[in-house]
Amino acid sequence: MSEALATPVTALGGAQFDGLVSVREMPAQGMISLRGDLAMPPLKNAATGVAGVDMPAQRAAECEGARGLLWMAPDELLVLCPYDETAEAVASMDKLLYSYHALVTDVSDARAMFELRGGGLRDVLAKLTPADMSVAVLPPGELRRSRLAQVPAAFWLRSETAAQVICFRSVARYVFDLLKTAAQPGSAVGFH
Amino acid sequence: MLTLHCPYCDVQTDETELTPGGEAHLTRHGPGSDDDAFHDYLFSRANPRGVHFERWRHGYGCGKWFLAARDTRTLEVFGTYEAQTTEPPDHILAAIRDKRPGWTRAS
Ligand SMILES: [Zn+2]
Repeated sequence: MSEALATPVTALGGAQFDGLVSVREMPAQGMISLRGDLAMPPLKNAATGVAGVDMPAQRAAECEGARGLLWMAPDELLVLCPYDETAEAVASMDKLLYSYHALVTDVSDARAMFELRGGGLRDVLAKLTPADMSVAVLPPGELRRSRLAQVPAAFWLRSETAAQVICFRSVARYVFDLLKTAAQPGSAVGFH
Repeated sequence: MLTLHCPYCDVQTDETELTPGGEAHLTRHGPGSDDDAFHDYLFSRANPRGVHFERWRHGYGCGKWFLAARDTRTLEVFGTYEAQTTEPPDHILAAIRDKRPGWTRAS
């Protein structure tokens, strides 16, 4: 025991690309899948206690730096916290939810996360997803689970010039390459 | 292209974000039923040209099953609704009759 924690290794080692938007693999992020009755006070307390943000409304992404709560489904949240606090966060949530029907799973190492920055990010994402990327349908702060080309992904805009994308780690390279292709200089479509 | 509303996410979803689940509102005939009823439960499906009720799963989203009423010929969607019902709800039936006067549900 008490060896130093292993340095987290992300799927692509922080890969970056600059095009219509910049694409960057984000550093290791704590991600805890929390499933159960979202209206249940102990579950709300477990989620907000770790994330330090309000419970998200339907489809909302409530984020504050490396912490946040993402509404994934009527019975599922993704809890974000600093990577090296994940084990502790899972333990504290398990303790609060011990006698309730709920599921707490550390999925940090099973996911990859990208950040997009720049003016054209709605168009870049719209090349890859069938989701309606208009500001009326997907305003900043709202999460959309959909697909990017052939794989599942969840994404949200923090602002009109910054977005985050979460996908399975096993397809991190595929998603990064997709985003690179969609953000290729000279390929602007100017739709959104 | 078919666009359906997920009642759990309250969001419009493209057909390619969904997993089709075939005909909705089937009655299960299992142990104790006669062979013909069991056969029909397993293999016989309505395949109407017109109003139809289907199961769909928001596979690339929340993962929930929901039900949809649509026209198989025009792709017009009359409405979607939660899967926890054995019969189409009244507001869905009303929406269908509004667009297809005289339509009756085959039993
Ligand atoms: Zn859904």
